[in-house]
Amino acid sequence: MATPLLQVEHLEKSYGDVHILHDINLTIATGSVTVLLGPSGSGKSTLIRCLNGLEDFQSGQLTFSGQPVTPNAKTWQQLRQKIGMVFQSYDLFPNLTVLDNILLGPLKVQHRSKAEAQEQAVKLLKEVGLADYQDAYPRQLSGGQKQRIAIVRALALNPEFMLFDEVTASLDPEMVRGVLEVLRNLAQQKMTMLVVTHEMNFAREIADQVVFLEEGHILEQTPGQQFFANPQTERAQIFLNSMDF
Amino acid sequence: MAHSGINILFAGQNFTRLLGGLWVSAKISIVSLVIGILLGLLLGALRTLKNPVLRTILRLYLEFFRIVPTVVLLFLFYYILPKNFNVNLSAQIVAMLVFALWVAAEMSDIVRGALISVPRHQKEAGMAIGLNGPQLYRYVLLPQAVGLMIPATINLMTRVIKTTSLLLLISVMDVVNIGQQIIEANRQVYPNGAFWVYGLIFILYFLLCYPLSAWARHLERRQNNNA
Repeated sequence: MATPLLQVEHLEKSYGDVHILHDINLTIATGSVTVLLGPSGSGKSTLIRCLNGLEDFQSGQLTFSGQPVTPNAKTWQQLRQKIGMVFQSYDLFPNLTVLDNILLGPLKVQHRSKAEAQEQAVKLLKEVGLADYQDAYPRQLSGGQKQRIAIVRALALNPEFMLFDEVTASLDPEMVRGVLEVLRNLAQQKMTMLVVTHEMNFAREIADQVVFLEEGHILEQTPGQQFFANPQTERAQIFLNSMDF
Repeated sequence: MAHSGINILFAGQNFTRLLGGLWVSAKISIVSLVIGILLGLLLGALRTLKNPVLRTILRLYLEFFRIVPTVVLLFLFYYILPKNFNVNLSAQIVAMLVFALWVAAEMSDIVRGALISVPRHQKEAGMAIGLNGPQLYRYVLLPQAVGLMIPATINLMTRVIKTTSLLLLISVMDVVNIGQQIIEANRQVYPNGAFWVYGLIFILYFLLCYPLSAWARHLERRQNNNA
């Protein structure tokens, strides 16, 4: 097996006395889609945020592209160009146009030429069907449009790994499909992704592997098809039965 | 009407002298506001950092300038600096210095308040695209905070302009000081000159401050409508 893109070993995370994540071990293969499932409050968001340094953790080792990650501000700032993240609440910068939102990272962080970065931005906007909205401000867009822009903003840095934290959870049902379509295309282009979602049909369709988290413990880490057809643990069975899909 | 008191305003150079005094007040206000606001932006941003030492020092600085009356500050700088530190500054420079430090202190609180009102998610979104600390402030936090701090800043401006009327106490030739000189010099000819001179000074201050005040109200209303 080729070197995994990301390896998490023995990660422990607590807030004060509250232990959130217990001995997390996780391997993510290059070009694969991992779906992180679990009941709310199980630590999914905390885990995904630990993987790009938005949360610190008490102990454990991350290895990205074969390189051990030293968890400090400087390392994370560099690494975040390779690990893109999209949030539930989109969080576009309201004071900037769509194009400026997308170009901020490429121009100011990566110091790329404006012409080249803009060409890429326009191409990405076309792929998500929003080429006409370059000069719009976020407040003029619907939730689904904002989320697709937020994905483009992350992709504009040419990341090797994408984290999606419940990116459809605050969207109206009719907006969800467009966003999932974008994720599906990314998967087809062999982008390595870690997806937290409650869209179970989508999870089943897209997951190369499923990680099932409950109360901060990984209970299962299995190939996607196997998880949905034949979950190993009782907790996972209960979880799947409780989901309406 | 040959001896109507209003003529005191137009006798000799009186009117241009008063306008000259107003210009001194305006100049001190403008210079101290520009310096103070820029410095306040920096200090306000620093006050949002986690460093406890820095926070305490800046907090003390703010409280000092907020608690000590402006007159006392002016006297402190005007009399103590030359005497104990051998620094001789003109009254106008002392005025600008004191006002700039005062504005910076008040401004730092306005800026800090506005910065911490920007949603936390915005900061995380900025971090997630790899922005470093200064870039986060420059491109994400400050631009969004500016809208929140404009009304309070304009209020501060009017306070500064009004407070220039204290500058006669350190013998700056501001509009009030010149007005008093004119009243004294014309006491024989225009016994009720004070009414007209102070009346004019009232109107001049009003003309400077009212537009600012109206602007602040307008912006505040617009912000409430947007929220």
